[in-house]
Amino acid sequence: MSMVLDGAEITRSLKRISHEIIERNHGVDSVVLMGIPTRGATLAKRLAEMISDIESPISWGTLDITLHRDDLRLRAPRALVETVLPLGGIEGREVVLIDDVLFSGRTIRAALDALGELGRPRSVQLAVLVDRGHRELPIRADYVGKNIPTSLKETVKVYLTEVDGRESVEIEAGRL
Amino acid sequence: MSSIILRSVSLVSEQIVDLLITDGRITAIGRDLPSAEIEINCEGLLLLPGFVDLHTHLREPGKENAETVLTGSQSAVRGGFTAISAMANTFPVADTAGVVEQVWRLGKSAGLCDVYPIGAVSEGLEGNKLAEIGAMADSIANVRIFSDDGKCVSDPLLMRRALEYVKRFGGVIAQHAQDPRLTINAQMNEGSTASELGLTGWPAVAEESIIARDILLANTVSSRLHICHVSTKGSVEILRWAKSQGMNVTAEVTPHHLILTEELAKSYDPIFKVNPPLRTQEDVIALREALADGIIDVVATDHAPHPQEDKDCEWSAAAFGMVGLETAFSILVTTMIETGLMGWDRMIEVLSTAPAKIAGYSDQGQSIEVGAFANLVIVDPKAEWVVDREMMASKSRNTPFHGMSLRGEVVHTIYRGAVVLQDRKLTGAVHG
Amino acid sequence: MKHLLSINDLSREEAIAILDTASQLETLTQGNMKKLPTLRGYTVVNLFFEDSTRTRLSFDAAAKRLSADVTNFATKGSSVSKGESLKDTAQTLQAMGADAMVIRHSASGAAVRLAESGWVDAHIINAGDGTHEHPTQALLDAFTIRKHLVDQERDFHGVRVAIVGDITHSRVARSNILLLKKLGAKVTVIAPPTLIPVGIEAWGVDYSYDFDRELEEFDVVMMLRVQLERMNEAYFPNGREYSRAYGLDDLRLNRLKKSAIVMHPGPMNRGLEISASSADSIRSVVLEQVTNGVLVRMAVLYRLLGGPELLNTGGSL
Repeated sequence: MSMVLDGAEITRSLKRISHEIIERNHGVDSVVLMGIPTRGATLAKRLAEMISDIESPISWGTLDITLHRDDLRLRAPRALVETVLPLGGIEGREVVLIDDVLFSGRTIRAALDALGELGRPRSVQLAVLVDRGHRELPIRADYVGKNIPTSLKETVKVYLTEVDGRESVEIEAGRL
Repeated sequence: MSSIILRSVSLVSEQIVDLLITDGRITAIGRDLPSAEIEINCEGLLLLPGFVDLHTHLREPGKENAETVLTGSQSAVRGGFTAISAMANTFPVADTAGVVEQVWRLGKSAGLCDVYPIGAVSEGLEGNKLAEIGAMADSIANVRIFSDDGKCVSDPLLMRRALEYVKRFGGVIAQHAQDPRLTINAQMNEGSTASELGLTGWPAVAEESIIARDILLANTVSSRLHICHVSTKGSVEILRWAKSQGMNVTAEVTPHHLILTEELAKSYDPIFKVNPPLRTQEDVIALREALADGIIDVVATDHAPHPQEDKDCEWSAAAFGMVGLETAFSILVTTMIETGLMGWDRMIEVLSTAPAKIAGYSDQGQSIEVGAFANLVIVDPKAEWVVDREMMASKSRNTPFHGMSLRGEVVHTIYRGAVVLQDRKLTGAVHG
Repeated sequence: MKHLLSINDLSREEAIAILDTASQLETLTQGNMKKLPTLRGYTVVNLFFEDSTRTRLSFDAAAKRLSADVTNFATKGSSVSKGESLKDTAQTLQAMGADAMVIRHSASGAAVRLAESGWVDAHIINAGDGTHEHPTQALLDAFTIRKHLVDQERDFHGVRVAIVGDITHSRVARSNILLLKKLGAKVTVIAPPTLIPVGIEAWGVDYSYDFDRELEEFDVVMMLRVQLERMNEAYFPNGREYSRAYGLDDLRLNRLKKSAIVMHPGPMNRGLEISASSADSIRSVVLEQVTNGVLVRMAVLYRLLGGPELLNTGGSL
């Protein structure tokens, strides 16, 4: 196990992403954040708070993608998490999807499908805390906290205080 | 015919003897008898008179895919039986002299044990009109037991007439006690288990009410009544009362009703579907006690072979019945001897002497003494074995005991002086 | 959980998880009934040996809404004829590729038999077997009750449910009794003595021959369909007498608690076990039961068809 980001570094990354979102969209009037549970939702909440402090209030929601995954045969069924639309919905808005780790890109593909069920945003952007590479689909993030090159055998773990009681990003050697 | 010596065989009196068989009869019992043509070492084994089954379904004629007289005889011999009684519910029904004589001849030509046909009480087992009971009695098959088994003779008038009619030749009516109206579409013992499983109940009272009625009828006309496969505690109480009144009734219990309970139906596996149905633990205990103390006279197998497709289906579509000849003795050792409920003397009564007497099979169930017919079975009373349906001689595989570990094993069977089973294997030898 | 054969197969937690999943599906599909891609590439076979258009359509809708391919097999009337082998039919459909089989059969235990005989390896869902069980009906009924009566804590304790009618022959009653007990509700079954199952004492429910006795106490009144054939089997004299003693008529409807709901698994015999005005009253949730049926069956399919629990794969895919 090795730590790649500590608590302070996570906060710093999120602050930077907040600024980038504001800058890229020329303010946040038409922007909403959609976090992918579990940790993506926590990050969305934090980013919303930071952006509100820096610029102006921004609404956020959560997007459950469980039923849009294409890997049911490989995984045990999970409890579904509620999808919460941000205030004012997503119709015609700039939606920033937020997740903790970007890996194969399949989660984001499922999220795009799920989002399509809810409405038609003007654009969809993607923010992730960690990009670990190994994409299997033509998907890239617009905002990245930290790029971490990994081997496929390794596991990237994100711990957030609200969910895990501690704050760090770690790489674990995978089991063979 | 050859001579056989059973060397160092134990008797139930705990004596160890040599026993000589010549020309189909026991010709000497003693110590250190000189050798004979066939020598069988019986050290540690127990000698009993050959078993007699009053209730066997051989399926021939009509359903030879389930069993034939030959395969049924082979199965009998594996189970230590030297006489079996072929039930009448064949196709065609054994309700004429022609059919019973056919079965009788098939038994003779199999030559492995006595096969005594049972005649139907009513034509086609339909319960309306008496079958040709007299003609069957007078035929070469010499039928003495009459039964519509599989169906109940439910009409009280027909039952009364049948009981009266068989008095001419000292016959007996074997009643399958099941009130048909109380058991429409019945699937298993009525009670909370059946209710939970959503299977139509077969209430105890449907058996008990018929037994009570028929005991009174038989007593009224001074005839002999035999009750097939008694299955409930209440039936035992009625029989106890009848016997205390000195009434002429005998009763049988099957091995499966002495060991299995309705709980097994929870699997919905029709291997446990049988008629009368498996009952409760309380009934099992009452039946064991009744068998031990003589309220129930005999054990009869109700050996009921069925082809696989008749059990490989949903419960309600499946056939009723279990094969039982090859496990009967071991079930009795396990449930009655090992538990101390009865001894070997009583074992001989319930499996041999009493059924032979009820049926009038005079060559069977004889005491082991010089001059007696050599219908004998040699068992290992302590052996423990696991039932394997694939090893059975019966043509069918519908045993509920597959995989079960049982005590007591049949090792050799001798039928009228021929060693038909030796070291648990059919020898190919036949009598006659 | 590989199969859903009986409510006994579900732990309390699993039952609640199914109800929760159905709730979330309801939110998810609110207002738009577009397909979810969850079961894309899966084949669900509806194996109906007994007529039941409603249940079949409900399973059909549930599977399709999750993007599964659906094959329907239906055979008319009673199937307990020897020619129609459950084994052969099931194996034939398995050979065509079936991930799940939804089976409806007139023989009690048919679903258990299919699951445990080794004939097929698909997931088996019992859609009603003889007079045994109908677990998805019980789940949708519990889901409906929960939406109406149970507070946020999702606790059924204190909820009183009356199940009225032919208990002996009702698979709906059996499954509901098992599930409602599991969830903590108090169940009273009400029927003439001839239609109360033998040995009900062992079921852990109250039973009564008198519909009027505690009528004001019930939160839920679930009416069962009465089969008029039962008259010929001497279970009750005639429909009129049955209706008078055990029907939910207008008088009884007005005596119910204000918050009480009226349920019926359908199809209803209006004028026999339920009056037209009871069936159409604001207390009646009969149509809602139908809607909820699809959600609950989607939840069951989703939870059953998932792969095995894997070791933590870490992060996102």
